[in-house]
Amino acid sequence: MRAPEFDADESRWSGATAAPTAERTLAVAQALRALLPADCVLSRAEELHPYECDGLAVFRQQPMLVVLPRTEAEVCDVLRACRRLDVPVVARGAGTGLSGGAMPHAAGVVLSLARFNRILELDPLARIARVQPGVRNLAVSEAAAAHGLFYAPDPSSQIACTIGGNVAENSGGVHCLKYGLTLHNVLGLRGCTIDGEPIDLGGRALDSPGLDLLALSIGSEGLLLIVTEVILKLLPKPDLARVVMASFDDVGNAGEAVAAIIAAGIIPSGLEMMDRKATAAVEPFVRAGYDLGAEAILLAESDGTPDEVAEEIAALERVLQARGATAIAVSGSEAERLRFWSGRKNAFPAAGRISPDYYCMDGTIPRNRLGHMLKAIEQMEQQYGLKCMNVFHAGDGNLHPLILFDANRAGEWQRADRFGADILELCVQLGGTITGEHGVGVEKLNSMCVQFSPAERAAFFGVKRAFDPPGLLNPGKAIPTLARCAEYGRMHVRHGQLPHPELPRF
Amino acid sequence: MDDALQQLRQRVLAAHSAGTPLRLRGAGTKDFYGERCEGTQLDMRGYSGVVDYEPSELVLTARCGTSLAEIESLLARHGQFLAFEPPAFGGDPTIGGVIAAGLSGPRRVQAGAARDFVLGTVLLCAHGELLHFGGKVIKNVAGFDLSRLLCGSLGILGAITEVSLKVLPLPRLEQTLRFELAESEALALFNRWAGQPLPISATAWHAGEAWVRLSGAPSALSTACRRLGGELLTADAAATLWRSLRDQTHAFFAHASSLWRLSVPSTAAPLAAGDAQLIEWGGALRWCASALPAAELRARAQAVGGSALHWRGGSAGARLHPLTPAVLDIHRRLKAHFDPRGIFNPGRLIAQL
Repeated sequence: MRAPEFDADESRWSGATAAPTAERTLAVAQALRALLPADCVLSRAEELHPYECDGLAVFRQQPMLVVLPRTEAEVCDVLRACRRLDVPVVARGAGTGLSGGAMPHAAGVVLSLARFNRILELDPLARIARVQPGVRNLAVSEAAAAHGLFYAPDPSSQIACTIGGNVAENSGGVHCLKYGLTLHNVLGLRGCTIDGEPIDLGGRALDSPGLDLLALSIGSEGLLLIVTEVILKLLPKPDLARVVMASFDDVGNAGEAVAAIIAAGIIPSGLEMMDRKATAAVEPFVRAGYDLGAEAILLAESDGTPDEVAEEIAALERVLQARGATAIAVSGSEAERLRFWSGRKNAFPAAGRISPDYYCMDGTIPRNRLGHMLKAIEQMEQQYGLKCMNVFHAGDGNLHPLILFDANRAGEWQRADRFGADILELCVQLGGTITGEHGVGVEKLNSMCVQFSPAERAAFFGVKRAFDPPGLLNPGKAIPTLARCAEYGRMHVRHGQLPHPELPRF
Repeated sequence: MDDALQQLRQRVLAAHSAGTPLRLRGAGTKDFYGERCEGTQLDMRGYSGVVDYEPSELVLTARCGTSLAEIESLLARHGQFLAFEPPAFGGDPTIGGVIAAGLSGPRRVQAGAARDFVLGTVLLCAHGELLHFGGKVIKNVAGFDLSRLLCGSLGILGAITEVSLKVLPLPRLEQTLRFELAESEALALFNRWAGQPLPISATAWHAGEAWVRLSGAPSALSTACRRLGGELLTADAAATLWRSLRDQTHAFFAHASSLWRLSVPSTAAPLAAGDAQLIEWGGALRWCASALPAAELRARAQAVGGSALHWRGGSAGARLHPLTPAVLDIHRRLKAHFDPRGIFNPGRLIAQL
């Protein structure tokens, strides 16, 4: 899978690019204004400012222009114009992404899908919602609730994040252990190629002819096509859900309890872990009722019919007790269940309250390595002189260590960045991955060099080229070029093989 | 490198350098499926064995030639299973073939399709390199999702040498209810029930009979049985029924010389009145033993937002529902990148590729 000519081609737009000249900006703006009403093309610095970054604010870039098309035809027109004028295009939803995937390109256009905010169809009998990409995640479940249905993926940012962004990142949430990721809950996509051609992938039926381009497009971080419509699968809302909250005086025991729950044949609808630092940060802010004396707490949710939930909760309590839980509480009402979850869902804002800045990691490891990882993170805290609080989607091994730092203090961001990269390299070494649900974006490009070989990365570029031959859609994100990896190549880890396995790593 | 893998690699390298096509094959249980392809057979069964299985991780990793029966019996010993219920078609397919074909059984609506359970693959590509995509963890968004692209690719992009699959605990109890219903009544009920929190894990309809399988906690099943009514099948009869649908050993499949597989929205009105039909997946999968012209059936499926695959019979090279030009272009470019000399299963999935 050697494609050096493409790698060279890709780096044309993927490297650092100088801001365009005023003439170039004017020419592109004029071309776009010929296609869209005046208020749909933003070019003044103060208008561009809000688009400089997404939820990962340490990476900022002012775009050349921002466009806000309102219809699929306008999206196609914009793409054709950008292709003709050789202008990079960065799609953007609500800008809540955590990997800089929507960070603008200096010489490019940000294509905001904010105006694609309508639920086009909700068919309760077929259990589908056809929505525009700018619809907020939570709005789908709110609209479906009247029919006793819901949309399962529920990322913590679900109040604000959009379905288009969820598709781009293959977002998860606290319930994906049982209900799957965005991938498992999207039936079809409609989008525009860089040629300005609408294509349908998947649809209302379960299977489509040919290769599974739908699966390939989900989680493709805006590199393959611009999504204009999404067909979502809706599920019947369970009769009842209850949460068990268990305290542990040792994080290792909490990790083992997670594996024991799964080994007992129980798939909770959510299974989350928070360490002491996380509960301490969250509790004063949310008053969720967390046990502040515990080294770690587990939240395990059971849903189904009342009888089924009662049986499963009893089974969960037995396993948790056998694994040394020091205290167990079960939600007695829906209000209490939501309160137990509120702390978990507010962990990121809580980090923002106790520290000027925080850096959220997103690696995934096999569940049975949770204890090992936590101990390693403790050592890294000392090595880098920074605190880290840990919240985990423990059921699926997805970690969100939150590294606390102060960007105004010299060197702290650099230390946080290296701390994060170390965690991700350890994830790969433990048989996991550098990103579970936040995406690679610009943030984890270097770590991609660690996880994938040059031939594997060339395969990714091959996929990109199959959809986007000129390489204009979100260039410089998600896949690092050969040159970048060579630069980063001071330390190569491949499939857990370190060059000097005998050396202590932390 | 393992000897068997080394041999596969040498064969691929030789084929790539000579530009001679290979026909990848496991146990051959799906020789009838898809398009025929020319090429020297490359038997994938030599590279076999379960590489890794940790029940508490819910992940099993196996080499391509491992038999499905071996994997299923290993999982069953630990109270787990492949929830997408891959069809064996009365034989013992390899896991590589199961994933390359990407077919799913009766539990598809509730549990998901084969591709939903693929966590990682290793691909032996045309240049002889082994490419690792995905991994052994449930959540993984690093790099494009090539593992799932390979699921259902029928080997046209390369040879899958290893797969990691998500596995699930076996349901604690299963029960099947039988109803006498006309096609339209069955479709209406299947859809209505699917919108309620019922533990339905499979549905089927054929010739005036409908079956509904329930899976889960005993308490949930007894509540559901009371709500749904119908006649409870014995455990043996139920197991035989679902196995015969999964493997297509049911009498319906034996007789049809021309069999269509219509993938349509579950709510689509009856599509082929008068023809012998078997319906699965709550109405989303309709098997029609129809002599209608291909264009007519395709038009009917397409009109409701679905597609029609000529499962058995029909003219060579025209079995798959046609792709739109823009989507076919993407297929062409993917094929050209992964298999520039066209050595892997040429024409097996799509006649032109």
